Amino acid sequence: MSMEFLQYGIGRWVHIMAGIMWVGLLYYFNFVQVDALKKAAADTPPTGAGITKHVAPRALLFFRWAAVVTVFMGFWILGGRADDALFFKERAYVPIGIGAWLGIIMLFNVWVLIWPNQKKILGLVSATDEEKNKARRVAFLASRTNTALSMPMLFFMVASGGIFRRAVFGG
Amino acid sequence: MKNPLDSLWGTVITGLVLTVVLYYLARAMMGG
Repeated sequence: MSMEFLQYGIGRWVHIMAGIMWVGLLYYFNFVQVDALKKAAADTPPTGAGITKHVAPRALLFFRWAAVVTVFMGFWILGGRADDALFFKERAYVPIGIGAWLGIIMLFNVWVLIWPNQKKILGLVSATDEEKNKARRVAFLASRTNTALSMPMLFFMVASGGIFRRAVFGG
Repeated sequence: MKNPLDSLWGTVITGLVLTVVLYYLARAMMGG
């Protein structure tokens, strides 16, 4: 089995599977869970405890580690061309470079803004009510930011290679 | 002004606008 097969065949396959899990769970949080929890909190008595206790922690577990695997595999695929992409050194690497930067910002948001604040919200670490309210707002905005960033990120990912890049950005 | 990220559809529109802006930026960086 050649290194190219591993890097471009298996590596890209794993990169895309992990990316689907990451962005899929991000969309689940933003398109489904946020609104569902708001409605559950308005029920009498509130009905969201099961989601908060059993669903959200498990979704966050796969969400944050899928993010790591996605970005790690992305760098593995880029290999020695990572600097061409990240520093826009070569014309052909500009689209994937923009996509990669968006992915890196999203990974930062997951581990620095979303996960530490979700731990406070879900009661995995102790926090006062005031701290929890602040954590809720920061995690929410970071998650919404990632949802918005995912759109250009996916656009540049799918428009970054071969015939796709030529079709979107010209020869 | 309301934060567009507070609404789900505001978030989607923000993503679309950002995609268009970055598309033209990429084209400019690639020499038009």
